Amino acid sequence: MDYIGNTDADNKDMLQALGIASTEDLLKDIPQDKIIRHCLALPPAGSELEVKKQLREVAGQNASVADFSCFLGAGAYDHYIPSTVPVITKRGEFYTAYTPYQPEISQGTLQSIFEYQTMICNLTGMDVANASLYDGATALYEAIHLACEHTQRNIVLVAKAIHPEYRQVVHTYLKNSRISIKEIPFIEGLIDLAALKSQLNDQVAAVVVQQPNFFGCLEHVQQLGAMAHKQGALFVTSIYPVSLGVLQKPAEYGADIVTGEGQSLGLPVSFGGPYLGIFACRQEFMRKMPGRIVGESIDNRGQRAYVLTLQTREQHIPRERATSNICSNEALCALSACVYLSSMGAAGLKDVATASLSGAHYLAAAVARIPGWKINFKTAFFNEFVATAPGNIEALNKKLLRKNIIGGLPLKKYYPELKKSLLFCVTEKRTKAEIDTLVRILKEKN
Amino acid sequence: MEKVIFEYHSQPTSYVPAADPAAVNKHIPAEFLGAEEVTLPQTCEQDVIRHFTALSKLNYSVDNGFYPLGSCTMKYNPKVNETVADFDGLAGIHPYSPEECVQGALKIIYELESFLKEVSGFSGMTLQPAAGAHGEITGILLIKAYHQKNQPEQKRNVILVPDTAHGTNPATAALAGYQVRQVKSDNQGDIDLEDLQQNLGLDVAALMLTNPNTLGLFEKNILEISHLVHKNGALLYGDGANFNALLGLVKPAELGFDVMHFNLHKTFSTPHGGGGPGAGAVGTSKDLIPFLPVPQVIKKGKNYFWEYRQANSIGKVRSFYGNFLIAVRAYAYFLALGAEGIAKVGRQAVLNANYLMHKLAKFYPVPYHRTCMHEFVMTPHQAWSVSTLDIAKRIIDYGFHPPTIYFPLIVHEAMMIEPTETETKETMDTFIQALEQLAAEAVQNPELLKKAPLTSPVGRIDEARAGRQLILKYEKGRDTLLT
Ligand SMILES: Cc1ncc(COP(=O)(O)O)c(C=O)c1O
Repeated sequence: MDYIGNTDADNKDMLQALGIASTEDLLKDIPQDKIIRHCLALPPAGSELEVKKQLREVAGQNASVADFSCFLGAGAYDHYIPSTVPVITKRGEFYTAYTPYQPEISQGTLQSIFEYQTMICNLTGMDVANASLYDGATALYEAIHLACEHTQRNIVLVAKAIHPEYRQVVHTYLKNSRISIKEIPFIEGLIDLAALKSQLNDQVAAVVVQQPNFFGCLEHVQQLGAMAHKQGALFVTSIYPVSLGVLQKPAEYGADIVTGEGQSLGLPVSFGGPYLGIFACRQEFMRKMPGRIVGESIDNRGQRAYVLTLQTREQHIPRERATSNICSNEALCALSACVYLSSMGAAGLKDVATASLSGAHYLAAAVARIPGWKINFKTAFFNEFVATAPGNIEALNKKLLRKNIIGGLPLKKYYPELKKSLLFCVTEKRTKAEIDTLVRILKEKN
Repeated sequence: MEKVIFEYHSQPTSYVPAADPAAVNKHIPAEFLGAEEVTLPQTCEQDVIRHFTALSKLNYSVDNGFYPLGSCTMKYNPKVNETVADFDGLAGIHPYSPEECVQGALKIIYELESFLKEVSGFSGMTLQPAAGAHGEITGILLIKAYHQKNQPEQKRNVILVPDTAHGTNPATAALAGYQVRQVKSDNQGDIDLEDLQQNLGLDVAALMLTNPNTLGLFEKNILEISHLVHKNGALLYGDGANFNALLGLVKPAELGFDVMHFNLHKTFSTPHGGGGPGAGAVGTSKDLIPFLPVPQVIKKGKNYFWEYRQANSIGKVRSFYGNFLIAVRAYAYFLALGAEGIAKVGRQAVLNANYLMHKLAKFYPVPYHRTCMHEFVMTPHQAWSVSTLDIAKRIIDYGFHPPTIYFPLIVHEAMMIEPTETETKETMDTFIQALEQLAAEAVQNPELLKKAPLTSPVGRIDEARAGRQLILKYEKGRDTLLT
């Protein structure tokens, strides 16, 4: 099947109007020997019935959080999504629109982004938020870039307890640039304060941490922010928005730029994407922000109306002097977050955060009691924690899979020093019974 | 106008079991806890649904009607793509699940990459970039790594960008640390070969080229251009935003492109989502494969694996593996069209655009008198007192989305029109009729155009004021611009 609506007769009429015999007459500018004349090596066309069946078959070869108890987190969280979210984001008026460059017929998208910006500002305590970036990793890169532009300094101190893939992305972007990244190791799951102090001076553009960090541990952000500011460096954080249902707002601990992965706000885990890059900052940096921003104005009929604003930062106007090259962002994911937060409200978000951290602490306490198991860090944590297993963790995870449980994340690949450890995550979707089942299997001798 | 969601006040609906609030203080030390409540909407489900439904009705979309936004390829977004992307076995997969329980997902990535290779002629592919511009930075970093590996002593710190290029091209080059040097277009709308030769020094790392270019014209001298670029030791980067014109027609790798990004949200029918999410696959020649982002999916026997061992990889450009569910939609599109359907896309897009251009050229000047590819540029008559903006706004009153306006920059008052292959002659004829009428209005009643749109939910918006009196979030009790 294809989605061409013209009939052969329509095409003939058009050719006739153009005074030509065949579409080939329109292709004269193309080197003739490069035009494809053979059949491409692609599958045969499929009807909708067949396409759906094929996709159902491949989908069936994957373990879904709908059928498995998932204890994986690490930047992708299996939170509950209210029914309101897909009902709204599946409206064609939202998902088949382009970027709202014609505001008179894009108020739906524009107002929803304005509301999203408001919610992100309220959650983080920041003055301004943009309309979204690609994901948590690229948002963190953009924040580092902004911090260096603003301070005119080129050294950035990045905690090693930040998501390894975020650090990798930052590294890819900044390799061979004027900006140098220094990684600060961790002790007891938290940034090593002595190491940080020894590197922190008035050449440093930013101190960058994640809260909660990759291990789920809570960094002493108040103190870190103060240390950064004392040297004139910016304090940049990467946050987990659901945690802000209970945790201190980044503004309260002195964050200057707040980034984060917004997937936990109403987006499915989706094998890693599409997700939502959150970016918010203090007023001072507003004109250096990357990405689109929606502002309120009025129309020529005297009504409240919204438009894209501060566009002189964006690529289509200053081109090579733009603050970022981003064009398409994750608008529909921002809409998901907006509907999610509107549905949950502050109380609902607090319930999600509380149930998640309660479940994680319940599991951690139970794991700590299993002979041979050890909880690595004695620090406060949110809904994830690192535990070390006595036996072979690959074999353990395979065994769990057979019981429809996706176990914790083996950390060896990211931190060789934690080669026998796993990162466990609990969300409000994991019931006490599911956690108890996991613990029972962990207790069994291999 | 619809209220802001924060202006609703009703009893919130609960979606998860109530949690014991005492647990927070029990487990989390006070130093980490928030002092103040978060301010979020206080709204029942029915108000939430009505609010966002009301907002949706203020939008114009492809599902509403013709959306000839040049360079954006607003083709129809098939509904089966949406259905399959929601399958639990796709939307519900955790990215760190063990390989053995995500074989289906790896298969989709592997096969979509092979389909994209087949239609483009490239040997390497990655689906990691999240959009076109993200694909650009990925591609340029590949080029940088390639030069550093092969010619470390030769300093190539310039990227050439034609004056017709999209803004993301120069922005990307600058972001990657290159100097941007602009290349002129000639009076035919092609790259000026002389100017290109003059600018092609040993300091040039690459030329970023869009073909067809943003005037909708196929670069006639493409083989000569790629020859010149390569002779100079530089590489040819392809901005594949306009690949729809070539789909099933020409393989860019055979034209001499070394690396190109695709916009899955243009050419491969995935929706634009009001600005995203899209997805930006990147295809490369054999020489650039060693530098591709990690991980790559490989197949051994019947099984698929992640391959992270690539010593020369540029690393990662995004967390996890990119916008997977967008890739799923593009995959479903390939399976539906198959070899036969794909063969039709570019040709139909070209026929539709030429028909539309031919008809509209009677009323609106077209700057380049030659066959176009999938889109074309036209302008208002010089004698008219109305601007392109006025025409665009009046098009809204006729029930269509306006074209892309004021781009490309080299055509004064440009309107760039792209019908795509999915629009029917019938739809285009209604558009043609409307634009004929509008051309008459431009002469007889220009004031009507200057006041347009009259039928949209809001009228023209004071953009200058939005930029001056910045209101970037809702604050209760704060005076809005209305008071
Ligand atoms: C020619 C061209 N290049 C690049 C881009 C950037 O693509 P994206 O918005 O997906 O980042 C666009 C899209 O607007 C475009 O039209």
